[in-house]
Amino acid sequence: MQKRFSTFAVHAVLAGYTALALAPIILVIMNSFKAKRAIFLSPLVPPNPVNFDLIGYHKVFADGAIGTYYMNSLTVTVGTIFFTLLFGGMAGWALSEYKFRGNTMLGLYLAIGIMVPIRLGSVAIISLISGLNMINTLTALICVYVAQNLPLAVFILGEFVNQIPKDLREAARCDGLSEYNIFFHIVLPLLRPAMATVAVFTMIPVWNDLWFPLLLAPTGGKQTITLGVQQFLGQYITDWNAVLAALSTAIVPVLLFYILFSRQLIRGLTSGAVK
Amino acid sequence: MSQVTIKNLQKSYGQVDVLKDINLDVEDGSFVVLVGPSGCGKSTLLRSIAGLEPVDGGEINIGGRRVNDLPPAKREIAMVFQSYALYPHMNVEKNMGFGLRFADTPKEEIAQRVNEAARILKLESLLKRRPRELSGGQRQRVAIGRAIVRKPQVFLFDEPLSNLDAALRVNTRVEIAKLHKLLNATIIYVTHDQVEAMTLADKIVVMNQGRIEQTGKPLDLYYKPANKFVANFIGSPAMNMLDVEVTGKSEVRTSDGAVFTVRLPKSIPNGEKLTLGARPEHVSLALPGKGITGHLDLIERLGEIGYAHIDLPQGQRFLVEVRGEPKAVKGQQVGVTLDANNLHLFDSSGQAVTPI
Repeated sequence: MQKRFSTFAVHAVLAGYTALALAPIILVIMNSFKAKRAIFLSPLVPPNPVNFDLIGYHKVFADGAIGTYYMNSLTVTVGTIFFTLLFGGMAGWALSEYKFRGNTMLGLYLAIGIMVPIRLGSVAIISLISGLNMINTLTALICVYVAQNLPLAVFILGEFVNQIPKDLREAARCDGLSEYNIFFHIVLPLLRPAMATVAVFTMIPVWNDLWFPLLLAPTGGKQTITLGVQQFLGQYITDWNAVLAALSTAIVPVLLFYILFSRQLIRGLTSGAVK
Repeated sequence: MSQVTIKNLQKSYGQVDVLKDINLDVEDGSFVVLVGPSGCGKSTLLRSIAGLEPVDGGEINIGGRRVNDLPPAKREIAMVFQSYALYPHMNVEKNMGFGLRFADTPKEEIAQRVNEAARILKLESLLKRRPRELSGGQRQRVAIGRAIVRKPQVFLFDEPLSNLDAALRVNTRVEIAKLHKLLNATIIYVTHDQVEAMTLADKIVVMNQGRIEQTGKPLDLYYKPANKFVANFIGSPAMNMLDVEVTGKSEVRTSDGAVFTVRLPKSIPNGEKLTLGARPEHVSLALPGKGITGHLDLIERLGEIGYAHIDLPQGQRFLVEVRGEPKAVKGQQVGVTLDANNLHLFDSSGQAVTPI
């Protein structure tokens, strides 16, 4: 009886937290399907035949630029994930596999990046990027995001590399693989669950970020979707239909990515390698 | 021509010397077993031969070629790891052919060699399975298959049976012995299990604290151990040791007065302290007063034979192999007689004293 109650209590707390976390998102999605009057008069009422209106979505899809912004966001996010995983995996592998002078110092140096918020360096980053003539390019965003996410990626992936049995790497060496081939054919496939974790951690802040797109690529058709939505927010008039519709559609890709990666998260791949 | 010659091999981790002046010859086609207690350097020696550990001095030759500075893949060796080290994300077929793929071997040849190895090891039906879907014994065979496929000059086995259960271990041991005959391969095999060493080896190398204590044929090590360590290590249960003093030309006496006739070199003077060694199978129980005297503590019965544990007055324990049902009971005083033809004597430095 006691046990049943505590199980119930745990679920109640979790359900409550879920409701709290999901409420704003549900509110956004709900209202994106409603007419403007209905959004303001009864924001908590779900869409029904009376207040249903797709005007927001019409506006968003009619606006040619929004498509570009989506592509920009997608490019930046995918690019960031790719390079973060590649360099993070390589650095994690090198730091845990090779013993060289300054190994520990280098590891600590990289770990400092986890603690220092990159936004503190915004001014320096702007002058660097503008000095390189890379303002309003997606490359600039990818570079900054990769730098931002690498420390944690190196840390997590390094830990996972440590868990790959040493015998496997040595067996591969006996099999005549070069160090690069060991990394790409043995280590990388075994790191997939860890990489999915890192990808999820990397993807969400990057997709949602407003700060660096605003600073580094604010115009010239290089805006990301979060920045692109801002065009519907005016000083005097805000097109709430369009804003809510754009935000709702912005959730979709990141959700798809998450579903994709979370399948990998669950899969334990190393079982059966060694006893 | 795939002999291995090791000359004056040295290796240390910082201040600790793990291999001290190792000299070893492994003839073409022979099965050499490195055996010793854990931490004796046997695995390090094997890994040095494989090229997985750098060495600090000396020379390793494989097939007449100095390989000190070659990476593992160029040494034409194949290693079977204790943990099998199968690639978990590849099926059996890919696991076995993986090394060849990177050696630019044509696809047809890879397939042919993998099938050949699978046939030898009876793995044909398992080729499409992943390692996690295999039992311990099957994984072991795949690991061996991966080595065979590469057609190396020398096979290196690092305690390959220690993860298997007892019954499977005996089976696999027999299979490895067969495989050795079939492939006519040169094998260097590390184990801490002396039964494996005795049954598999053409030549056993007993190691202790980074040194080779003795090298020889299994029965030579058993009958003529070069020193106290080898005498103790080879043979199970271990050899009984007694402190004795030389009292005559061919006579030694224990501290409690029992006298034994042995063969001694002429050079040993009276009064010299020696250690007398006798294996449990070469001593027998007798009536009290005969030989050395002690109290029976317990009898371990293994079925056909048993081991009587005798407590000697000096606080030592003496093991005697017994057959059938001994009449003695726990606590009873018994005598132990030794077989004069199967005694070993060691001097104070632990070296065997051999009659000249």
